[in-house]
Amino acid sequence: MYNKRFLKHYWLMMAPGYIWLILFSIVPMFGIIMAFQDFNPGLGILKSPWAGLENFQYMFSIGDIKQVFLNTIIIAVGKMAGNLIVPLIFAILLNELAVKKLIRPIQTLVYLPYFLSWVILANIILTIFGYNGPVNNLLQIFGIDPVLFFGKADMFRPLVIGTDIWKGFGYNAVIYLAALTGIDPALHEAAAIDGAGRFKRLLHITLPGISSTIILLAILSLGNVLNAGFDQIFNLYNPLVYSTGDIIDTWVYRAGLVDLQFSLATAVGLLKSVVSFILITVSYFMADRFTGYKIF
Amino acid sequence: MIEQKNIGSKLFNIINGTVLILITLLCLVPLWYVLMISLSEKSAVNAGAVTFWPIGFNFLSYEKILGETAFFASFWISVKRVVFGTIVGVGITLLTAYPLSKSSRQLPHRNAYMWVLVFCMLFNGGTIPWYITIRSYGLIDSIWALVLAGSLPVFNVILIVNFFRNLPSAMEEAAYVDGAGPWRTFLLIYIPLSGPVIATITLFTIVGHWNEFFQGLVLNTKQSNYPLQTYIQQLVVSMDLSRMNSEEIKLTAQLNNKSLNAAKVFIAMIPVLIIYPFLQRYFITGITLGSVKE
Repeated sequence: MYNKRFLKHYWLMMAPGYIWLILFSIVPMFGIIMAFQDFNPGLGILKSPWAGLENFQYMFSIGDIKQVFLNTIIIAVGKMAGNLIVPLIFAILLNELAVKKLIRPIQTLVYLPYFLSWVILANIILTIFGYNGPVNNLLQIFGIDPVLFFGKADMFRPLVIGTDIWKGFGYNAVIYLAALTGIDPALHEAAAIDGAGRFKRLLHITLPGISSTIILLAILSLGNVLNAGFDQIFNLYNPLVYSTGDIIDTWVYRAGLVDLQFSLATAVGLLKSVVSFILITVSYFMADRFTGYKIF
Repeated sequence: MIEQKNIGSKLFNIINGTVLILITLLCLVPLWYVLMISLSEKSAVNAGAVTFWPIGFNFLSYEKILGETAFFASFWISVKRVVFGTIVGVGITLLTAYPLSKSSRQLPHRNAYMWVLVFCMLFNGGTIPWYITIRSYGLIDSIWALVLAGSLPVFNVILIVNFFRNLPSAMEEAAYVDGAGPWRTFLLIYIPLSGPVIATITLFTIVGHWNEFFQGLVLNTKQSNYPLQTYIQQLVVSMDLSRMNSEEIKLTAQLNNKSLNAAKVFIAMIPVLIIYPFLQRYFITGITLGSVKE
């Protein structure tokens, strides 16, 4: 039912969306030029002098940046692993819960932190881990001196990874739980009749049954290797933990929008965008290849 | 169902149940704790005495907020942003998705349009070029920057496209035979059939706009234009720790009115808590729909 007269209506419908996309996604892409300039806000993009690859050379010459990239990767990979494994364990435990009536209420309540902003959660977390917060009060009962948790560089990464997992595990478990309900109960019954205990069935029926979901989620998370979570770290960090907690996005924010080194910040941001783009594209191809997942 | 009879299995059930209940509490206690602090006496809070129950129960913090016009101004900006942002965002998402759900024969170059979308979802110029662009549009300090700066939510468009494509095409053909044009088919057939998925993206858009603080921070030069999350971020979070040494941090922590801050944080959570029951009814559909294939 192809009708030529419909075509201009289709274009009319799409127009607002694509104009929006052009103005706020595609036009900013041309700003990448700034990475190859010595950008001067007074002159603008068209008149600023060219710098070639100077910004990139300078970027690799400062030791800070290497540390920032390292921090980003360590935190991001920690989160990827945690966000893959913890929700899986949680989903399996929930699936095994004997009192079936409790499954639904528990599921409903554990999603909650996911929908709250990092501004709010960071505030709560900083209070709880604060100098005279409940965590330190608890430690004092065991005779441990109070610790300034978010002022210690060596504690920052585990705290960031841990609180991120805490925020998202309920939400991330949803896909696993959906996959778990897709396993044919007859398989479990047959295995039980053959004498397989609960653990044996978990190992030989449940896990293989959801393995394709686990693989798909693992592949799709690859694109996050340089994505350590700006909102969270921006709201939790402070100069005392820059050495372990400063990530690309927070560094770009400070270099570009606080210190106004536009070109340098753009260059670092561009490097991140390009690497992330390649990683995500590769992960989509892999997901398509191994699990038949398609975005559209 | 398989009977669980042996002792080991029963023991596992008890431990598993306990662990899961503890995990659930772990998700709720922090939120409860904020509420308790907001209802407690300032001195008790600063001494770190409050845990699970308020000490010196009072509504002073909430009464104090009533007198803070800046708080209400920010709250109102967030409300406006959510209303405009959701109407514009969801409306344009649906409009864009409908033609894209047609085949390449009905809409020539359909796949090219789709790849442009996907490219924009996967690649971006970074924060600085984005900021410079918005500034060059003259949108700084405007509510429209907060409404539009996030650009077209491509993921939602793809979600809706996939959903539309899975609706039986016989309905569209029947409408065509009866003389319905594209607008009528879209508004009277596709939209009414997509209730749950539209609800999903609407709720996610609302939460997204409500929770967003970074655009509010960088796209406004005046504090009076901050949305609520940015207001709280500035007031509470950044006051605590940034640019101070550890002694100063300890000192500020003691002088801060934590009870008042907790009350503000709690109020900022309320809208999310209100729509939460609706959210969690729909979002499972939303997540699983993301992987819908042809």
